[in-house]
Amino acid sequence: MAANRPPRVSAAAVHAVLLVYTVIALFPIVLVLFNAFKSRKAIFSQPLMPPLSDTFSLIGFDTVLTRSDFGLYFGNSLTVTLATLFLVVFLGAMAAWALSEYSFKGNAVLALYLAVGIMIPIRLGTVSILRLVVSLDLINTLAALILVYTAMGLPLSIFILSEFMRQIPKELKDSARCDGVGEYRIFFRIILPLVRPALATVAVFTMVPIWNDLWFPLILAPGDNTRTITLGVQQFVGQYVTDWNAVLASLTLAIIPVLILYAFFSRQLIAGLTQGAVKG
Amino acid sequence: MASTQIAELPRAQIAGRRGRFPWHIVVFLAPATLIYTLFMIYPLLDSLRLSLFTRDEAGVEHFAGLANYAALFFDSQWADRFWNALGNNVLFFAVHMLVQNPIAIGLAALLSLPNLRFSNTYRTLMFTPTLLSVVIIGFIWKLILSPTWGVAKSMLSTVGLGSLFAPWLGQENSALVALSLVSVWQWVGMPLLLTYAALLNIPDSLTEAARVDGAGQMTIFWRIKLPLIWPTIGMVSILTFVGNFNAFDLVYVTQGALAGPNFATDILGTFFYRTFFGFQLQLGDPTMGAAVATIMFLIILTGVMIYFYLVQRRLQRYEL
Repeated sequence: MAANRPPRVSAAAVHAVLLVYTVIALFPIVLVLFNAFKSRKAIFSQPLMPPLSDTFSLIGFDTVLTRSDFGLYFGNSLTVTLATLFLVVFLGAMAAWALSEYSFKGNAVLALYLAVGIMIPIRLGTVSILRLVVSLDLINTLAALILVYTAMGLPLSIFILSEFMRQIPKELKDSARCDGVGEYRIFFRIILPLVRPALATVAVFTMVPIWNDLWFPLILAPGDNTRTITLGVQQFVGQYVTDWNAVLASLTLAIIPVLILYAFFSRQLIAGLTQGAVKG
Repeated sequence: MASTQIAELPRAQIAGRRGRFPWHIVVFLAPATLIYTLFMIYPLLDSLRLSLFTRDEAGVEHFAGLANYAALFFDSQWADRFWNALGNNVLFFAVHMLVQNPIAIGLAALLSLPNLRFSNTYRTLMFTPTLLSVVIIGFIWKLILSPTWGVAKSMLSTVGLGSLFAPWLGQENSALVALSLVSVWQWVGMPLLLTYAALLNIPDSLTEAARVDGAGQMTIFWRIKLPLIWPTIGMVSILTFVGNFNAFDLVYVTQGALAGPNFATDILGTFFYRTFFGFQLQLGDPTMGAAVATIMFLIILTGVMIYFYLVQRRLQRYEL
């Protein structure tokens, strides 16, 4: 009976659905990239067209680069992100090693204590973080952002790295100990190189939310010299809201570095995010 | 999940060397524990404490018990805004659960079909919006939905739906749903990745038998795969919940700190920001802000507890 036959999914229909959604996902981004390189007139008269020779214009980029300090903002974001990544990965690996390797009183409690931050958003402590940063005289410094982001990234980093470190074969460590190798050397010379892939995973999913964060730069480091790229774009667009060329150009400047990085590392990034979120 | 796994794990028996105090353990643990305690745990606890204080005109803080909470819940100066933000936040979350997660699961089901070509390319492209900052996404959609530019309107017109267009972000009755959908558009990538990974982890042997019996891909998805990925869907739901009740950037960027029009898009994150930081004529009130943060903390904690104790425990039985 035909009615009892399960419905078959045809390959063409599947591709049609996936293509439609891919277009939905990319269209807004492409639209901005297109129009950033067009004259003001063309932005409004033919918004859906790519920039052609008669509509091509870089006036928006001119405005952005002369009226704001994009290079500085970009450098700030880079400093904050790289410094945080180093601390989260390095300090996280040290703590994860201690928790997974040594049995000592309070180990389980400490592991649980360090895991609390995986689920509780650090933003909820902002009132006191602001006071703390003011009292440490770190307001409007990149150091404040780095410390807060490190605290934010450590819980998941420690949790995931502990899982990896538990899988390291016992014999490796024990034979080193028999040879009289010290605990520090074991960690730095044997363990760290072994878990390098895991360190990369942690770095990847720590990076994105820090680079994109608006909340803490807005509250802890809104000064001219400490603005990150995310905050810089937000303030610039707010200021030049009627200058469509400038707005589109600034968004494009913020998008392009991320897209370039993504083009190179999408595989690692997606694997890392999946692993990070699944374990978390 | 975290607690049980950590507690049950076997651990190496070597604790330091022959009775000497194991300083190396302290050295390994201290830096991470100190930074985490100082910048995460202490501020969270201190916020709870601060929420029990009020500040008088001279700027001195006094213990006030639950006065801040009473004001938030009942005093119309605060309560109107608070309940409005909470209600909006619930709607914001509901849209994500009803639109974002079903779309993500559907797309993941298609992507994980056996022998599908270009599966990785689709996945990579679909994930792109999730990678960009909410600030960028917010502005992009603000431009697209703007009547000044008219892109949305002219596109709707080409399919004969031009009359449907309205300045959605500017209207009180549509702004919140429009913003929720923008957020859905951006974040679909995360649940998509997670369910996709879960679907790929289902061993072929489980679906093979059904296929031999003549079951189609639809049946296999509904009867075999979907029940097996319930734990992942549970996790996606709690991640959505935590993210939504902590959201701020999108509303702030597109509608400003006042979450217009007329607070129609005000959610707890923007309400929290205005309360403690102040905005325009409204002076910042840190202790009241701490009370708002504490309520958000309790909401998120309740969600997480429900997830761990009910959903996770019940679902683990079906885990592979």
